[in-house]
Order: sequence, then structure tokens, then C-alpha cells
Amino acid sequence: MRVAENLNAALHGLLDDDPTAYVLGEDVLDPYGGAFKITKGLSMRFPGRVIGTPISEGALTGVAAGLALTGNTAVAEIMFGDFVALAFDQICNFASKSVSMYGKRLPLRMVVRCPTGGGRGYGPTHSQSMQKHFVGMPGLSLYEMSPFHDNRAVFTAMLQRGEPCLFFEDKVLYTRQMDQVDPMFRVRRDGELAVIDLEDRPDCVIIAPGGMAHRTLAAMKTLVLQQEISCRLLVPSRLYPLDVDAMLPHLGEVVLVAEESTAGGTWGGEVAHLLHERVWDRLRGPVRLVHSRASVIPTAAHLESEVLAGESTIHDAVRKALRG
Amino acid sequence: MTETLDRLRLSRLGDDDLELLLLVRHFELKLLELYGRGELNGTTHTCLGQEYVPVSLRPLLGEHDHIFSNHRGHGHYLARFADPHGLLAEIMGREGAVCGGVGGSQHIHRDRYLSTGVQGESLPVAAGVALHLKRAEPGALACVYIGDGTWGEGAVYEALNLASLWRLPLLVVVENNGIAQSTPTTSQMAGSIAGRAAAFGVKHHLVVSTDVNEIRTSLEPLVTEVRDCRPLVVEFVTHRLGPHSKGDDIRPADAVQAARDNDWYVRYANDHPDQFHRLDRLVRAEVQAIADEVAARPLSRWEES
Repeated sequence: MRVAENLNAALHGLLDDDPTAYVLGEDVLDPYGGAFKITKGLSMRFPGRVIGTPISEGALTGVAAGLALTGNTAVAEIMFGDFVALAFDQICNFASKSVSMYGKRLPLRMVVRCPTGGGRGYGPTHSQSMQKHFVGMPGLSLYEMSPFHDNRAVFTAMLQRGEPCLFFEDKVLYTRQMDQVDPMFRVRRDGELAVIDLEDRPDCVIIAPGGMAHRTLAAMKTLVLQQEISCRLLVPSRLYPLDVDAMLPHLGEVVLVAEESTAGGTWGGEVAHLLHERVWDRLRGPVRLVHSRASVIPTAAHLESEVLAGESTIHDAVRKALRG
Repeated sequence: MTETLDRLRLSRLGDDDLELLLLVRHFELKLLELYGRGELNGTTHTCLGQEYVPVSLRPLLGEHDHIFSNHRGHGHYLARFADPHGLLAEIMGREGAVCGGVGGSQHIHRDRYLSTGVQGESLPVAAGVALHLKRAEPGALACVYIGDGTWGEGAVYEALNLASLWRLPLLVVVENNGIAQSTPTTSQMAGSIAGRAAAFGVKHHLVVSTDVNEIRTSLEPLVTEVRDCRPLVVEFVTHRLGPHSKGDDIRPADAVQAARDNDWYVRYANDHPDQFHRLDRLVRAEVQAIADEVAARPLSRWEES
């Protein structure tokens, strides 16, 4: 099953199971079914609870918060994650604050979906990874879609947190298969963490969110075949707050964090800090950060690939970490 | 907007309405006094001069209706709950605070009442709540208080568009006091609030009176229409008697004088002296007692979960 189909099925399942659930966003209605077809079939099956909105990201996120405030479950789609900037106030100053600023916990079941990332030639304002702009906001959890995490289960986990969640969906995953991995690797789950490796004592551990997983796996394959370097990939579903404890048993002496975000104030920087606090003595050196260049994301394919972190960036970073 | 709008005699109110008006007035005056003495933390925005707006609306809104208030919301809260102790405790960070002292003056949530401190932000949220009410509790409405300055925010227009498009039971109450912090409305607003409402096909009603009975009579059928999913903007032409927050009033003397000339408090005292002075003394003493009692309470505790 393709990741997009799995996500679509998750939304069908959510609307089916939860009579208070709403899905709203721009162009989400059938027959169009969303810019990336993730909401396909929803409005036919659940008319009235799937709502097409004007091009008003701030308002549609506010409406989602209002629905959540009155006890409903609200899933808002931001057509391109870049546009979540237009909903920043609703997310930062209203929804996430409301969870705790009224003195006692006010649970809100609300997810804002953000199709994310580059690699498709959409250019500087339609290709960004916005995760880092939301790291560290009290009352807001960040999740990222992954081929190794069933989206229905992820939605259940997000909604059970009782606080607004942003769900980042790397667009390049939509057309890829769920659980797709070269047979040379073994895949297992430890709670919410996906662990993918070749052996029990890898040379290096790479932490990467879902969108970076397949690029990391591609790098891991060439590293073992060409360099005899064995890596382990850890894919968390929730990026923030990060469950560091769940990662500790799977770490080694060399750790990297790989993400597509452009340089500066990255999620990986936060992960590195958390790990340094816990396992500094066990590391051979500081946690290495792999990310895209400090740049806008160009449109032309040859320019875009120079900016974005990919298989070769990870490959090189691992070699450098191990062999200098 | 600073002209004297209403020189007619104010009609006589029931004791309960007048007491509520006076409660808000003396509550706000007490806050300024406490701030002046350095006994409160942070800042506050008083609704001096505008007390009659929420008092007029009070019997028109029921417990099933949601109210969204703003930074200048003490009157809105007191008209809803008549709970000066809880509100003052919230502002002073004392035991019994409505929100544990976390939210303070401009972030309060209780039952179906919610205030936030960011201009315009609550309108889309109220639209979402109105959408819920339309489906789950027909007949209930969402009421949002905003000011003239709030119309500078794009969120207002996104929400008005939705309210009209989706026929939401949304009541927008505009307290147009002619000044946004220090900026006169004439310097920050092109066109008019009526014109902006009309652009979205939303009905607009102008209230220039400060007579609570008269305002209620005019609004009652309109609020009923809102319950029938016809959104409405009610614009009160009102006057902010005090500063934006505390000690930051740079208005020219004649503007302040115009606000005073329109003050319901002075006018009602002239028109109904016996009732006024009897209750004014009573409420003033009551607020003093509340302030003394709340100030003596232990500090509030934040039960984080």
C-alpha cells in the first residue's frame, strides 16, 4: 500500500470511528479530493463533516480550534506546509496556549496536517520543512509521517495527547510504499520508535524523521556495500516532545541526526542537545547534524538537489563521522 | 465619534441592572487604584465608560451561548458571571482565581466564556464554535466582542466571510470607542465598519444610545435572527473614559471631556439621583470590601497537569 493510501484510509477510519470528527481544508472535497488526493472519497462518505474552506489558513485553523473547543475532533489540512505560517497565530497564540493558559488543562483534539518538504520542484515557498519553527511550543506536539508507522495508529496517538498536533507529511512519501525496505535490513518497532538495522552492534546510529527514512536507508545500503559501515536507523513518530528515553537503548558511540530542514535552529540541534545531556560520556564525539543548506529551496532540479539533504549528504556525513 | 450623541434622559433601570453597571464601574476604578499603588502585577485594560454594552446584552444571551471576550473584558465577564471575587483574584493572583492566576486580566476561560489577548484571533475560533452550535445545539450562538482597532486584523475578514458563507449563528459586538490604544479610528480605518460588514453580506446595526433599556429593545429581535443563523455585526459607538491601560492617555483634553460628557454614570446620576446614590454607595462599599478580602487571600496555585 502506498503511503498516501494509508493516510487516506486513516482519515476514512477516523471519520468512521469518531462521529465528532471533522476534516477541513482548501480543495479537500470530492471529486478533487485535495491537492495531494489525501482526502479522496471523504466528502462523498461523510458529507457535512468534510468541509471545503476558502483560502484562509488562519481562519480554517481557528475554526478547527473552535470545533475542538466544543468537544469535536478536528483535522485541518494546510495545502502546502509552507502556508502554515499563515496559521501561526492560531497555533501558537490560541490553540497551543489554550491547553494550559487558563489555569487547568483544556484538552483539544486537533491535528493540523502539513504536506512538507522539497524534491518535487515546487520552489522556495512550496518546498520547506517547517518543523523547526514549532519546536519548543508548550501545548503543541509535532509528529511526522513515516512509511514505518501506520497513520491510523499515529492519528490515535496524536488525538490521545489532548493537545494540538502538527503532522508533517513529506510529500515525496505519498507515492512510496508503506514499510518499503531492502531485504538486507531488519525492521522492528520498539514502542513508537521504528528501528531498522543489519546487526546488533552497528558502527553508527542515525536518527531521522519519516521523510528522511528512505534516503537514510539508501545511504545505509551503499555504506555497508562500499565501505563496510553498518548503520542503524531510528525513526520516531513524534518529533516534539521527543521521547529520548525510548532511544537510549538503541544508541551507540556515533550518532547522527538527519533531516531535510535547511540549516539553522534545526530540530536536529534540539535532539543533539537532549542526547548530549543524557549520553555525552558514551559518545565518541558530538552528535552530528545532517540537514539541507542554509538557503531557499530552488525550483530547477539541478539547483534543488544541491540544496536539499539527501542520500549522498548522509553517506558523506557518516563516513566523516567514522573516518574523519 | 466624540460628539455628544445622546442628550435625552436615560430611562430608569431595574436595581439589578444599575447594580451591575455600578459593579463594573467601581471594579475598574478599584483596579486603577490598586495599580497606582503598585499592588497588581503586569497591566490591565479597563472598560470605563463602556460598561453598559455587556450589561445591555446580558439578558439577551443565555447560558448555552458562547462568549468570546478580548483584552478589555472585565465588564464582559462580570455581566456573564457576576463574580467579582474570582476575577479580582485572577488579576491579583490570589486563591480563588478563575484561572489560577495563569491567564490574568485578558486570558480567562470559564464554562462557555473565553477571552484572549490577541486582536481578532477569537473570530475564526468563534466561527468554529458557531459551526458546532448550528449543528449540535441549534438556537445557541457565539458572541464575540471586538473593538474598532480589531478591524485592522485580517482574521476578522476571514471569519466574516465564513460566517456569511456558512450562515453561522455569530454575533460580532463592536465596541467602537473611537481609539485604538493611542490611535484615533480616523487614523487607522478607511471606510466604515458598516461598509465592511456589507461587503460580506453581513447585517450591520449601529447603536448610538447608552440607554440600556432602549438598546435591549432594539437588539432583541436582531439577536433572535442570529440564533436563526443570520450573522450580525452590532456596532456600539461608545467612549473609553480611561486610558488604554494605565497612565498612558495622551488624548487631547477635549476628547477626554467629550467622553466624560457621554458617560452614562454622570448622566444617570442626574436623571435618577435617589436610586443612583443609594446603589452607588452600596456597590462602592461592596467593591472595597471585595478588594480587601481578596488581597488578604493566599497566593494562587497553578495546578499543572
